Amino acid sequence: MKRRSKMVKGLKLITIVSILFVFCGMGLAKDVELTAAGATFPYPLYSKMFDVYNKENGIKVNYQAIGSGGGIRQLINKTVDFAGSDAIMSDKELAEAPAPILHIPTCAGAVVITYNLSGNPQLKFTPDIIADIFLGKINKWNDRRLAEINPGVKLPDMAMTVVHRSDGSGTTFIFSGYLSKVSSEWKEKVGSGTSLNWPTGLGGKGNPGVAGLVQQTPGSIGYVELIYALQNKMPYGPVKNKKGNFVTATLASTSKAADTNLPDDMKVMLTDTDAPDGYPISGFTWVLAYKDLNYGGRTEEKAKDVVKLLWWMTHEGQKYAEPLDYAPLSKKAVEKAEKLIKSITYNGSVIMK
Amino acid sequence: MIKERTDSISVELPERVGILMDRSAEDFLAKIRKRAMAGWKFGLSESSFRKILSVAGAFVLLLLLAIFFSLLIASFPAIRNFGIQFLFSSTWDPVRNEFGAFPFIVGTLATSFLALIISVVFSLPISIFLGEYSAQGSMATFIKSMIELLAGVPSVIYGFCGLFLLAPVVRTLEMKLGVAPYGVGILTASLVLSIMIIPYSASIGREVISLVPSDLKEAALSLGGTRFEVIRKVILPYAGSGIAAGILLSLGRALGETMAVTMVIGNSNFIPKSIFSPANTLASVIANEFTEATGSLYLSSLIELGLVLFVVTTVINLMGKWIVRRMGVGE
Repeated sequence: MKRRSKMVKGLKLITIVSILFVFCGMGLAKDVELTAAGATFPYPLYSKMFDVYNKENGIKVNYQAIGSGGGIRQLINKTVDFAGSDAIMSDKELAEAPAPILHIPTCAGAVVITYNLSGNPQLKFTPDIIADIFLGKINKWNDRRLAEINPGVKLPDMAMTVVHRSDGSGTTFIFSGYLSKVSSEWKEKVGSGTSLNWPTGLGGKGNPGVAGLVQQTPGSIGYVELIYALQNKMPYGPVKNKKGNFVTATLASTSKAADTNLPDDMKVMLTDTDAPDGYPISGFTWVLAYKDLNYGGRTEEKAKDVVKLLWWMTHEGQKYAEPLDYAPLSKKAVEKAEKLIKSITYNGSVIMK
Repeated sequence: MIKERTDSISVELPERVGILMDRSAEDFLAKIRKRAMAGWKFGLSESSFRKILSVAGAFVLLLLLAIFFSLLIASFPAIRNFGIQFLFSSTWDPVRNEFGAFPFIVGTLATSFLALIISVVFSLPISIFLGEYSAQGSMATFIKSMIELLAGVPSVIYGFCGLFLLAPVVRTLEMKLGVAPYGVGILTASLVLSIMIIPYSASIGREVISLVPSDLKEAALSLGGTRFEVIRKVILPYAGSGIAAGILLSLGRALGETMAVTMVIGNSNFIPKSIFSPANTLASVIANEFTEATGSLYLSSLIELGLVLFVVTTVINLMGKWIVRRMGVGE
């Protein structure tokens, strides 16, 4: 009897404590917290930015890196304050959205062609060669065309193994957008998107998956975000851009790729850029937000917080990009971003004057 | 535990009931008798206990039906759009919104059955060894716990080990054979899967073999049979359906395994041409593409893949149960 009643008393105590705990949590929600979700590519940068912002302004941002597609879905479902995406929303997707959505760029990244050949030679690539490799038309390393633009390199008589992404990804979006621009055959056969019907090759999960497969498979060639190639010390070669210059991907050449005429809505692909020193396979990553922030019961206070955060991310926050190997926005890009942020309204009236 | 036989009722009561602060043993036993007659300590009777159990069983059935129907309803857009062609088409193109599941069905069945064959080669001897030859002793306990440990390793770890330890070995083999040196593909995935599913069939096999009545075995031995003949002619036929049930359980595990397979299968949406080709399974496509899928047709095609996997698993389970019943002598 004693033992049992002790047990029951203990259970009652635990129940009361846990209920109190839950209600405590609800009370603490008074602290301002913004929710966001989306792309994994800028996650390290956003992580740092939001941490600094929290220390400086006391506003906590909760960003879930579930992928660009997931972020877009959550934004359309109105569960987040903004989304992160490496991919531009198509006209069809924008039409399905309940209200107009803005694309505000936050930083830029580059996609590099990395490969596994003994001796790590520095190989040069041209757009048509890259397209034919990933279409499966060039499948040996000592192909005539590749040897022509790389005269000093002894290319082995080895089969090429293509490595691509197995999951949906913004990196694929940038890469396939570039290939669609430079190869009409690619555009017709495969097209551009976050997930593709690849004509050939193995799939790796995430940038680390592709990097791992390329590092392990001799004679393989794949595409990864510049940061992964740098951190894993993988070789990558310069690519010929639109103006005919062979440009190596660096933070500077990525930012330069954005130094061209940018449209006002910033829904632009930086691939195949006109800039003479720009790396041709670059792309922005965007923050997607509704033009009018009065949705899902959001207050004007919260809307102001969102706008202030976005302004900070495109200005003071940019200094955290380079140390983390992200390319900061060019001056022209920041100007356009400012215009977009200034156009955000709450119930029709502009928030930031 | 206190065992007490009171008239026609034999009662086993937990120790704590004994701490009733009674003066004498007789009073205590009288109390127990009264309570046993009145029903269990917490006021439950036989029939309400049975009701609770049947509710629990019905709940599981309802859950299964709920899963099936929610998958079905969410795949309606894809079913309406592609119809039965979905199962036979080989194109998986998210850009043009054309989807077909055939290469993934082939990949799933190929890896699962190959893994099953490889694992049975190991798990059957293990069950016989542990159930018959070395049933007692520290070595048996050690091997038993090692096998159970295999089952406890998370599947992501299997995927890592497959990718970093097994794939290079397979790659060297492929280079020797002159095939494309992918290292990943159906063979690697099947090897990883087979190691993962050994514990399931080995444990059940061992249990069933150790439960073969010793009088049957002794009868065979007394008639002059060797140990091997006893195993072949008495133990295996008797335990056959149980071993088959264990193998069926491991096949079910292999069909649904996601993470380990995703890392080593090569993720190529083509029908595999040989054991060294990369491929894709239903589960790995869903794991790879679900979070980033935008577009309702894309999403519902992925959910239809889940529905196909559910149906394939159920069909194979039913076929297996039919086989088990046909073989059944013992349990």
